Amino acid sequence: MAEIPSVAEKYGSKVGEVPVGHGDYVAGGAGGMPFLSFENPSKRRPMIAGEVRDSLVGYPELAAGMFSGREKDPADWAMMWKEIGADMIFLRLTGTDPSVGTTTAEDAVRIVKEIDERTRLPIMVHGCGVQEIDHEILPRICSEVRDTRLIVSCVEEEDYKRLSAAAMAGGHHVLAFSNLDINLAKQMNILLSDFGVEKDNIFMDPLMAPLGMGLDYSYSVNERIRLSALRGDRMLQVPMVCHTGEAWDVADATSDEPGLGDPAHRVAWWEAITAICAMMSGADLLVMRGPSAADMVRVYAEELAGGS
Amino acid sequence: MATAIEYFKLLPKTNCKDCGQPTCLAFAMLLANQKAKLEDCPHVSGEAVEAMKESSAPPVNTVKVGTGENAVAMGGENVLYRHERRFENPIAYAVSVSDSWDAPRIAEAVAKAKSLAFDRVGMVFRLDLVSVSNDSGESDEFLAAVDAVLADWDLPIMFEINDVGVAEAALSRHAALKPLVYAGETADVEAFAKLATKHGCPLGIRAKGVEAAADAAEIAAKAGCKDLVLDLGASNLKECLEWQTIARRAAINRKFRPLGHPLMNRVGCGEYAVATAVLSTLKYGSLVVFDGLEPYEALPLFTLRQNIYTDPQVPIQVKQDLYPIGDPGPHSPIMFTTNFSLTYFTVRADIEKSKIPVWLQIVNTEGLSVLTAYSAGKFEPERVAAAFEESGVLDKSDGPVVVPGLVARMSGKLSEEIGRDVVVGTNESKDIPKHLREITS
Repeated sequence: MAEIPSVAEKYGSKVGEVPVGHGDYVAGGAGGMPFLSFENPSKRRPMIAGEVRDSLVGYPELAAGMFSGREKDPADWAMMWKEIGADMIFLRLTGTDPSVGTTTAEDAVRIVKEIDERTRLPIMVHGCGVQEIDHEILPRICSEVRDTRLIVSCVEEEDYKRLSAAAMAGGHHVLAFSNLDINLAKQMNILLSDFGVEKDNIFMDPLMAPLGMGLDYSYSVNERIRLSALRGDRMLQVPMVCHTGEAWDVADATSDEPGLGDPAHRVAWWEAITAICAMMSGADLLVMRGPSAADMVRVYAEELAGGS
Repeated sequence: MATAIEYFKLLPKTNCKDCGQPTCLAFAMLLANQKAKLEDCPHVSGEAVEAMKESSAPPVNTVKVGTGENAVAMGGENVLYRHERRFENPIAYAVSVSDSWDAPRIAEAVAKAKSLAFDRVGMVFRLDLVSVSNDSGESDEFLAAVDAVLADWDLPIMFEINDVGVAEAALSRHAALKPLVYAGETADVEAFAKLATKHGCPLGIRAKGVEAAADAAEIAAKAGCKDLVLDLGASNLKECLEWQTIARRAAINRKFRPLGHPLMNRVGCGEYAVATAVLSTLKYGSLVVFDGLEPYEALPLFTLRQNIYTDPQVPIQVKQDLYPIGDPGPHSPIMFTTNFSLTYFTVRADIEKSKIPVWLQIVNTEGLSVLTAYSAGKFEPERVAAAFEESGVLDKSDGPVVVPGLVARMSGKLSEEIGRDVVVGTNESKDIPKHLREITS
């Protein structure tokens, strides 16, 4: 038999490992490019977080129809995600925006606690996007929910101090958002470090553009981030989070144009391919919307990692 | 790729300027940057040119299947990551038909293969090849099946054959079409290589694992076969990813020629087959042959291929034009933005979300995003006004003209240019639906 020259890269660095939730789930730890057992000793597959909302306003009907009515109660919805095999719950508090829903700060705290008590899964909490409201509600959650380590989503270059301070005070993690650029991603992590957030409390979200809507940019930005981290850039050695739910916003994914086939199957593939590209380019945590896409991706990730 | 010093060694070092450059070293530098050809120097020996061609050839062979403008090129890759340089030849997808099927069933499968074609932003995404599989083991059945396919299929074809006698019969009749002959794992590689070489057709071979594939590739090369496609025989996703990565890194980083060929996968149909194709599209595959492919699988897969094979150096652009969204009328809002495709798609998706019909004017900013274009002077009020003029949108609607929030500064000047009031829109695309509801209620 021919002798094949060795091609394993010796990078010398690895991505940090971050325990989340009650400490029984850990994200990160890659020491090589994804799933290459000849150079990456980590057999950890990316974690999969299932999206839950407190309000269904603006949430795609096609997706809502896949949860058998359980999407009406956030904790029950989260339980369904656990049954499907999710490792984490991503709670998007859209209903705290008064133009969308009626969720109060007390409600939000109660929802987080209920999800924690029922699922015991780690939780990532995301605000409604209205700064004043997020500045009020997310810190309340950080201080009142103490027995599980949350990921607070998300902080940006223009607005990171208040939420980071609240997360630090509560012993939680923060998710640093940047817009499709390796330098901006690094800059965010530097800002947070300078502000006092420990590196092993930071997750980074470099913005995963979905299939057909700029996926190529994200795929390459992610690959560059991961390669730089492995080659020793300490400020990029934090676990990478990619959202794949935006795949549902792509017209081709859900349109009922004849000749494109069943939309439910099509959007599942649209999100699954977005997620596969995310994890193949370095994602350590995938935030997913559709149950069938999440199921497919978990099974493939387990197989690729060579163990569960 | 050879370095300037490697080229310099081949040159006469006389600085004669016959190549048009001041010195031999200057010429060597151009050669290394692929800005000149070695033949431009009249004093280099033919042997040196040949030797250099050999060593500067891409580490992965280029293989062509089919003829003319529809020919499918595979391989020719130089890099491992697309951010280094554009991947050369997009992966091809094929659907297989069996020669044990009757003619109507084959015709139906070919019609279905042809229906996997989608018009997208000025591009057609389509299936590349139909494969004919010699399940019968007989030549006559095989030739009849090929005829049945060719009756309605004018793109390239490939043959899946284990028996060299059947392959001989098939190539004797169809070599002019330059089909890819894909021999199964148990086939006699040497006999197939000689046959493919004799007929000038590309050969696909399958072996289990990178070592066995390298051995088979050497046997084929010794038999004279240059146009080779390798199937590493992966039976699951992990083998597919790891083996293809090893093969491609060995070829590119270690100049290991036996694995410097395009790679292919023979999959079945359904979820796992598509997942394998997705991985292969990302990591170094050049051809995936399916038993069948549904439209809801094909469209996302073809979109992925388009995404991965775009040039990472050039921002993708959409055409400067007026894009009506949701059947706008004479009072619908007029919005505009840059022709950077990511901006366009994002803005478009957010307008669609609002369910309010809008005239969306795309302005050619050479693929720059809103702020970058504005600071580069490529998104000026004059340019916007000219685009409005060209499309005639101001005559189509008397609705509000919305200036992107990030370039609110241009409002006054734009209003002057077009002789109409303008309103300032949102900074973030995601806030468009809310703003549209406000200005139209």
